[in-house]
Amino acid sequence: MSAEGKVKITYREAMRQAIRDAMIRDQRVFLMGEDVGRYGGCYAVSKGLLEEFGPERIRDTPLSESAFVGAGIGAAMGGMRPIVEIMTVNFSLLALDQIVNNAATILHMSGGQFNIPLVIRMCTGAGRQLAAQHSHSLEGWYAHIPGIKVLTPATLEDARGMLWTALEDPDPVLIFEHGTLYNMEGEIAADAGPVDIVKSAIRRTGTDVSLITYGGTLFKTLQAAEQLTASGIDAEVVDLRTLRPLDTETILDSVTRTHRAVIIDEGWRSGSISAEISARIMEGAFYELDLPVQRICSVEAPMPYAKHLEDAAVPQASSIVESVTNLMGAHG
Amino acid sequence: MADFLMPSLGADMEFGTVLQWLVKPGDAVKRGDIVAVVDTEKATIEVEIFQTGVVQKIVVPEGEKVPVGTLLAVLAVNGEAPAAAPPEAKPKPAAPPPPKAVAAPPPPPPVIAKPPAPKPAAPHRLHVSPLAMRIALDLKVDLATVTGTGPDGAITKADVERAAKAPKAPAPPVEVKPAAPTPAGAPAKPAIAPIDHHAAMRKVIAAAMARSKREIPHYYLGTQIDMSRAMAWLTAENLKRPVTERLLYSVLLIKAVALAIKEVPELNGFWIDGAFKRSEAVHVGVAISIRQGGLIAPAIHDVEKKSLSEIMVNLRDLVKRVRAGVLRSSEIADATITVTSLGEQGVETVFGVIYPPQVALVGFGKIVERPWASGGMVGARPVVMASLSGDHRASDGHRGGLFLAAVDRLLQEPEKL
Repeated sequence: MSAEGKVKITYREAMRQAIRDAMIRDQRVFLMGEDVGRYGGCYAVSKGLLEEFGPERIRDTPLSESAFVGAGIGAAMGGMRPIVEIMTVNFSLLALDQIVNNAATILHMSGGQFNIPLVIRMCTGAGRQLAAQHSHSLEGWYAHIPGIKVLTPATLEDARGMLWTALEDPDPVLIFEHGTLYNMEGEIAADAGPVDIVKSAIRRTGTDVSLITYGGTLFKTLQAAEQLTASGIDAEVVDLRTLRPLDTETILDSVTRTHRAVIIDEGWRSGSISAEISARIMEGAFYELDLPVQRICSVEAPMPYAKHLEDAAVPQASSIVESVTNLMGAHG
Repeated sequence: MADFLMPSLGADMEFGTVLQWLVKPGDAVKRGDIVAVVDTEKATIEVEIFQTGVVQKIVVPEGEKVPVGTLLAVLAVNGEAPAAAPPEAKPKPAAPPPPKAVAAPPPPPPVIAKPPAPKPAAPHRLHVSPLAMRIALDLKVDLATVTGTGPDGAITKADVERAAKAPKAPAPPVEVKPAAPTPAGAPAKPAIAPIDHHAAMRKVIAAAMARSKREIPHYYLGTQIDMSRAMAWLTAENLKRPVTERLLYSVLLIKAVALAIKEVPELNGFWIDGAFKRSEAVHVGVAISIRQGGLIAPAIHDVEKKSLSEIMVNLRDLVKRVRAGVLRSSEIADATITVTSLGEQGVETVFGVIYPPQVALVGFGKIVERPWASGGMVGARPVVMASLSGDHRASDGHRGGLFLAAVDRLLQEPEKL
């Protein structure tokens, strides 16, 4: 305990508390995935949970994403509330058939008879020198699929609070945890609990430009917004929180106030969630726009291993500052 | 060498303002091409050229108001070598300079007399942010006067607000040329300060109508025409047509007038310099009222040779363009007789004023049901009052009467129109 009613916590610990809390609240909840038990999770999120809840509820699985995601879908159909952990979004592609063809469609295909109250957690993003097969940001792809929800908790509160709300949702929910966030430490309310998973949040208010982002780039963007004040640019930062369904209203509200929008997305630009947001701004707030919508995305190449190249490939606070300053130019 | 002059776009036109040139020196033009947009006091007109050749020199720049007949541009007609090398003669800066290692390319071939006609330059389009556009409308800021500071000189909100706050320049006269690159917008929305068409048009109508009543000894004739056959035929005909191709009864009236006038040609033409000049072609001016007030009577050309469908297409197009304020010079200048139909306003009879130098105006009122005796029987028939205002210098009431009788006769055989 530090300040009144506040606790110091890491993102990893917040996520672990969220799982623990759910396991205690609801006996139907269980966690499964590669190395979640004895090893404590490859990002150590589930460390200690096997000892507390036993091998029935903290289940190590074979190395087959398709099999254990499918098992999760079956368990959800059977009335359980499974949390399935996939190590990284790159590996989730092995389970794409289960997620897209089954989890997202069974409610529809069964004429509304079977819900899939499944939660799948996975790590996403670059920044840890894990190269081109462990570092991509494919959450935007999943946001394309009707029938699932896509959450991207960036703050400690969201790491702590989104899981329970996701478990209560009758349909499949995917939670993308950015790999660089696990070690982030901060204070949250000691009694922090479930949060909504439908609204985007304004993390910083500003009047000159809306910086729209989510997940791993949120804090880089907030940092950039602070640096931009030196150039007299007062930036608003919108944390999307949920990529599907997109909270279009909050985005348009913000752009309507600032008249300028820059989208920061660690995914690749082509066919990305940033493209979708840009299109929605154009559709819904065209006559509010004073400058063309701008996007800052990752370089369209497989993620490099070398540190300096990886840093150069993804949006950074400095590149955000530079782009926004250029955009606003002489007329900020 | 040929001169292109400020055309007379109506007998009442004295001056015209060149809003926009659609050609530049070196451009090849052919008869019928639209080469310039001219503002008269009545409307914005797309002016056609009637000679084929290559534009050699633009004499009157955009924005200038000049009297009718002023030399606007000089053409080199076909075969003629341009007197001096046209300014566009220098070759386009095509590819980037080749790397040094490569052998120098052969020198560009000398420019032959007739350079390939370059496409008319796309008019420079202002870059304005959607928000700035909206605010400019609200604040009534003329975007052509705003300096853009956004990306690539785009006009942003701040630019418009700055322009709105700036003290109004002491009423720059219309003739003043805008700074450096003329940011001419689309032809319909010229960047030059627009003329107040409404007031100007009133003035023009006043002048033309006063001249008409001062100079033209009008006589008036009227006759009721039984429209039952025409309307029955029209109803049946329209049932056969898709909605978009249906005919209005005015088309029947216009065609009947055009055919009847062939029988009484002294109603078709102009009274110029104390004599009647008969016109072979029948270009029927159709009076179209403008929503903001005023009217204009552009011509449908060669009506007697056109099918009803063609006339309908022309009429629709004219009405649309009158309302949009974009007419072509030939349509404005050369109507040989005018038809005005005030039926939509509920009027039964028109006593028209001739539009000089024409010599006749035909009016139609509303089609109304009236008791009609025919063959010893009385029945209700749709009836229209056709009237003729004739110039007594060019024709007499007797001939006018024959004309109205011919209109009547033609309308009894609508299938032949």
